[in-house]
Amino acid sequence: MGEHRRRSAQTTGKLFFLSVVQTEVPPLFVVEFLHRVADTFQDYFGECSETVIKDNVVIVYELLEEMLDNGFPLATESNVLMEMIRPPTILRSVVNTLTGGSNVGEKLPTGQLSIIPWRRAGVKYTNNEAYFDVIEEIDAIVDKSGTTVFAEIQGVVEACVKLSGMPDLTLSFMNPRLLDDVSFHPCVRFKRWEADRVLSFIPPDGNFRLMSYHVSSQNLVAIPVYVKQNISFLETGSCGRLEITIGPKQTMGKTVEALMVTIHMPKSVLSVNLTATQGSYTYDLTTKALIWTIGKLNPQKLPNLRGSLSMQSGVPKPEENPSINLDLKIQQLAISGLKVSRLDMYGEKYKPFKGVKYLTKAGKFQVRT
Amino acid sequence: MQEWANQLCENRQFGSKMTDSKYFTTTKKGEIFELKAELNSDKKEKKKEAVKKVIASMTVGKDVSALFPDVVNCMQTDNLELKKLVYLYLMNYAKSQPDMAIMAVNTFVKDCEDPNPLIRALAVRTMGCIRVDKITEYLCEPLRKCLKDEDPYVRKTAAVCVAKLHDINAQLVEDQGFLDTLKDLISDSNPMVVANAVAALSEIAESHPNSNLMDLNPQTINKLLTALNECTEWGQIFILDCLANYTPRDDRESQSICERVTPRLSHANSAVVLSAVKVLMKFMEMLPKDLDYYGTLLKKLAPPLVTLLSAEPELQYVALRNINLIVQRRPEILKHEMKVFFVKYNDPIYVKLEKLDIMIRLASQANIAQVLAELKEYATEVDVDFVRKAVRAIGRCAIKVEQSAERCVSTLLDLIQTKVNYVVQEAIVVIKDIFRKYPNKYESVIATLCENLDSLDEPEARAAMIWIVGEYAERIDNADELLESFLEGFHDESTQVQLQLLTAIVKLFLKKPTETQELVQQVLSLATQDSDNPDLRDRGYIYWRLLSTDPVAAKEVVLAEKPLISEETDLIEPTLLEELICHIGTLASVYHKPPSAFVEGSRGVQHKRLPGSAGSGESVESPDTSSAAGISDAPPAVIPSQGDLLGDLLNLDVTPPATTGPPPAANSGVQMGAMDLLGGGLDSLLGGDLGGSSAMGAGFGAAPAAMPASFSAPVSGGLDDLFDLGGGVGMPMGAFSPPKTVWLPAMKGKGLEISGTFARRAGVFQMELTLMNKAMSVMTDFAIQFNRNSFGIAPAGPLQVLTPLSPNQTIEVTLPLNTVGPVMKMDPLNNLQVAVKNNIDVFYFSCQYPISMLFVEDGKMERQVFLATWKDIPNDNESQFQIKDCHLSSDAASNKLQGSNIFTIAKRTVDGQDMLYQSMKLTNGIWVLAELRLQAGNPNYTVSLKCRAPEVSQCVFQSYEAVLKN
Repeated sequence: MGEHRRRSAQTTGKLFFLSVVQTEVPPLFVVEFLHRVADTFQDYFGECSETVIKDNVVIVYELLEEMLDNGFPLATESNVLMEMIRPPTILRSVVNTLTGGSNVGEKLPTGQLSIIPWRRAGVKYTNNEAYFDVIEEIDAIVDKSGTTVFAEIQGVVEACVKLSGMPDLTLSFMNPRLLDDVSFHPCVRFKRWEADRVLSFIPPDGNFRLMSYHVSSQNLVAIPVYVKQNISFLETGSCGRLEITIGPKQTMGKTVEALMVTIHMPKSVLSVNLTATQGSYTYDLTTKALIWTIGKLNPQKLPNLRGSLSMQSGVPKPEENPSINLDLKIQQLAISGLKVSRLDMYGEKYKPFKGVKYLTKAGKFQVRT
Repeated sequence: MQEWANQLCENRQFGSKMTDSKYFTTTKKGEIFELKAELNSDKKEKKKEAVKKVIASMTVGKDVSALFPDVVNCMQTDNLELKKLVYLYLMNYAKSQPDMAIMAVNTFVKDCEDPNPLIRALAVRTMGCIRVDKITEYLCEPLRKCLKDEDPYVRKTAAVCVAKLHDINAQLVEDQGFLDTLKDLISDSNPMVVANAVAALSEIAESHPNSNLMDLNPQTINKLLTALNECTEWGQIFILDCLANYTPRDDRESQSICERVTPRLSHANSAVVLSAVKVLMKFMEMLPKDLDYYGTLLKKLAPPLVTLLSAEPELQYVALRNINLIVQRRPEILKHEMKVFFVKYNDPIYVKLEKLDIMIRLASQANIAQVLAELKEYATEVDVDFVRKAVRAIGRCAIKVEQSAERCVSTLLDLIQTKVNYVVQEAIVVIKDIFRKYPNKYESVIATLCENLDSLDEPEARAAMIWIVGEYAERIDNADELLESFLEGFHDESTQVQLQLLTAIVKLFLKKPTETQELVQQVLSLATQDSDNPDLRDRGYIYWRLLSTDPVAAKEVVLAEKPLISEETDLIEPTLLEELICHIGTLASVYHKPPSAFVEGSRGVQHKRLPGSAGSGESVESPDTSSAAGISDAPPAVIPSQGDLLGDLLNLDVTPPATTGPPPAANSGVQMGAMDLLGGGLDSLLGGDLGGSSAMGAGFGAAPAAMPASFSAPVSGGLDDLFDLGGGVGMPMGAFSPPKTVWLPAMKGKGLEISGTFARRAGVFQMELTLMNKAMSVMTDFAIQFNRNSFGIAPAGPLQVLTPLSPNQTIEVTLPLNTVGPVMKMDPLNNLQVAVKNNIDVFYFSCQYPISMLFVEDGKMERQVFLATWKDIPNDNESQFQIKDCHLSSDAASNKLQGSNIFTIAKRTVDGQDMLYQSMKLTNGIWVLAELRLQAGNPNYTVSLKCRAPEVSQCVFQSYEAVLKN
């Protein structure tokens, strides 16, 4: 078609997804679609890699055919696609080989044109269950003196719903006004949220992201740990000092786990000679990344890492100060204070099993030195 | 147990063989032959496997077109998967085997009647992808049926197929009436069908900009808004983008659409969010600002924009580029969200730079402390480009937020203390700008700056430092030594530094003449004798002349007070910004260019414009916004330290002689200055040959077409001649003057016939009269008087008819005019009633003068002022006119107009259409702003005029027409 132009490259792992467009299009449209393609491959094949795509080239072809027609996205809901093109399993390929069956559904998927395209009809489970995970990530910048320069929370509610029939769910929060900006799965009735601040929806079948939200820097964001640090490069001699201590700050009584510190050292730092009171550290000579894996934070005995850095001699003292990147997890806590108060189900008679989990993680959590 | 394990093992092996990668491995010779055999096998399964192998080969680029007939044979099957695969193959190879492809037509047509909607849709979809004329002919009937199919899935597929067919054969689609059917689908009961119909129509409309396909009216809009709530996310994007092209009738409709679009801001798909933002930004223009809802909408827009920033970097980047536009248009939306733009050290560099840019745009007195602290932090980062930009940003903050200037300067000094080379250099460049914005305030830091002189190795920084030394030579004890040290390697410096050094030393000389005579002679001879660079040489000559002829004047010129630089730089020009706002979310908004600038072979482009606002006027906006209005397309204002050397020369070193009147006079004043320098200077060079001087002056080409009266006296004669000559040779043309017409016929004048015209020559407004005596007796005692008129035009002296006018004698008289007479509004505005007296009687007549005669020489507005004024004048005052049958290029037109003191301030070219922004000033101080649009090949021009006194527009337009057609 002549005047094709290259437009957007999207990478997941080592794969680049490239799409070609002919006219002025919204780039986010293309990028979002490519993300969706990658997600679909992930759903179908468990991973999205060159081998997997080669192994399943026909299904990939069929999928792309179903997802896009002449630049118009068709079916991008994994539920719908799964009905049209069955995901490969060893068993099915064996059966297909023996019987000459096919991977392609012969019927028009039920969700395709209904007003709820995300759910197929006739779902049946013996154990009816609905799980919700509230996962929050803290993005923060903390300056040298320990003052928070900027902090916000990115939260998501991930759901795993395995309920028979057409259940209509209502999820309500204790404190919905915390949320500054929310984006919902298309299944959520926006008007109900606007009016009553409850999530009312007919869920898709299986795993999906019910909503994502944002608690902005306008609100006070609790910072779970503090970092006491001193990194210095001596003017004379080719060495520097490093000392880092981490302690709990606002943890709401929960334990901080999976604590990990990453520091990207200046190029002139050749090696490090440090002692950690807890956990272990590695220093990658090529990437100059110092990674200190700590684990659980014990408030009685604060983890500390100290020692000397040996520097390339004859090179001027580095001008930049390395930033400290923090990773951590806190189970059973949504740091924003968001809490689910109840989940009700309408439209079906059985009693589902319900569960909510909370998890707080560090997102882009940086401490400047 | 063992057995079970074995079985599992076997299954594994089996399983691994089951994958499709095996299709890629058959690379033997005779492969095609083998495949051919398999394709013709009786066993279904074997056939399918073979088709899969063919597809795999096709995927990796092997030519399997030889198998075309065999693959097509497999098409008639009830196995859907096999059918799909064959269709895939067909789409790929039909073009290269058109004759063979016909073989498939029957099956397609049959499939379009299949009871299974999936197959009907698949068939019509595939046929649309086969770009073979013969096939498309057969497509029409099935397509027509499918567009009316009972199953919405088929209908929505067929809708897209119309767009495909249109791309192949537009005429066919129109002839077959598919467009109307498609339009009907907008009212379909199924939202997905509506969305696809909209998408298809939008695509078709793109190639037919004038077809009025998407004829949007309140009814269709309502249907779209209903479908918006129910269709898929992709459909929502199509519908939102389509809505954005609609112009609501009034603010109430606008508000109701906004209300129905706002829920889309909470969509998980970022493309939906951005398309919704576009619709809202556009329709907001129509809402009165005092409306409560306007405020609500502003509040609702901020959070989704902020949320976009938490996505992947590439999404973030698109969001940031769009936010950059939004912030320029409506800074109030994000004014409290400064912190989200703070940079994280592991952000990719493209995100960092964009965030920084937005931070500066949002910087205000309220948040400047935070911003500065951040910028200082960034200045110690690793990434050099980012650090540089951060340092510059500190300077921009100082210039933008006056209250913070002091803090910014001290931050910059701190940074200079770090001695990091590139930081120091950037800091010096921005400090120079700060000096120009706040003169005589921060000069105490000069000593610190001087300490770093040796470490500067970039031209821009060196030039900035030299400028500082020259500008403040009287406060720097060893200024001469410093400058002398630069002079040693004069010829190795870049032009920028050389020019700056020349100017700085001349400044130094004028300030401390006694000890620097030698230095100035040295630099002048270096510049004039040893340099090949004409700019440098010319500047050297100018100074030389100036200094040798009149040192006092030199001082006045070189050391004159400089205009302050303005605060907002690199804002996007308002019309472009408006257009880009209409393209939020698209590539245009990422490139910050109109789509026509980068879409290849754009098939006709519409320029989108924001709807005009209703209700309260723009002028009552907060000062915040109006400052954003002072916009231009190039970073102007700040000292043009590189590039336009002439501009550099004019802006930096020479300023208007203080006598020429109000500030806007700057430019023409400067040119006058230059003229003077050249005239006088060459004079001495050539040994005082006056004729030579004017010739040379014109040779330099910089002379303005007409010069102010006060100035032109000595040279005007010579210049006049030159201009008359020059008219034909592409020199700047003289002012337009209409041919003489008879004002007083002899019948009414008792034998006296007066014909005349008006002219503006060398800045002097005059009436040129031809008096003819057709009577039998001698006429004497001529005198002239004007009635009161709109612009107070009056004779500046008596009518000079010294000798009596004998019968049949003709005399040419020139009557200089001024505009200080009594004023009375006339109708038409440019009407002038004249009374002429002679020994016989008093005669009255009236005539009309072209209003261009009243355009003064200093009518060139500064860009910034122009943009602000344009925005400031209410739209009601704008009038538009057509000039027909004019065949000038934009440059020629601009040149012609300039001759009549209609000055072109800026020119922009948008897909072949040139827009000239022009200003003129009337003798009574009324400014008229104009936008002249002309398109190559189109003899009809459009002039839009804006003026605070709209009554003059009609006259101004007549002048435009007269000047251009002359």
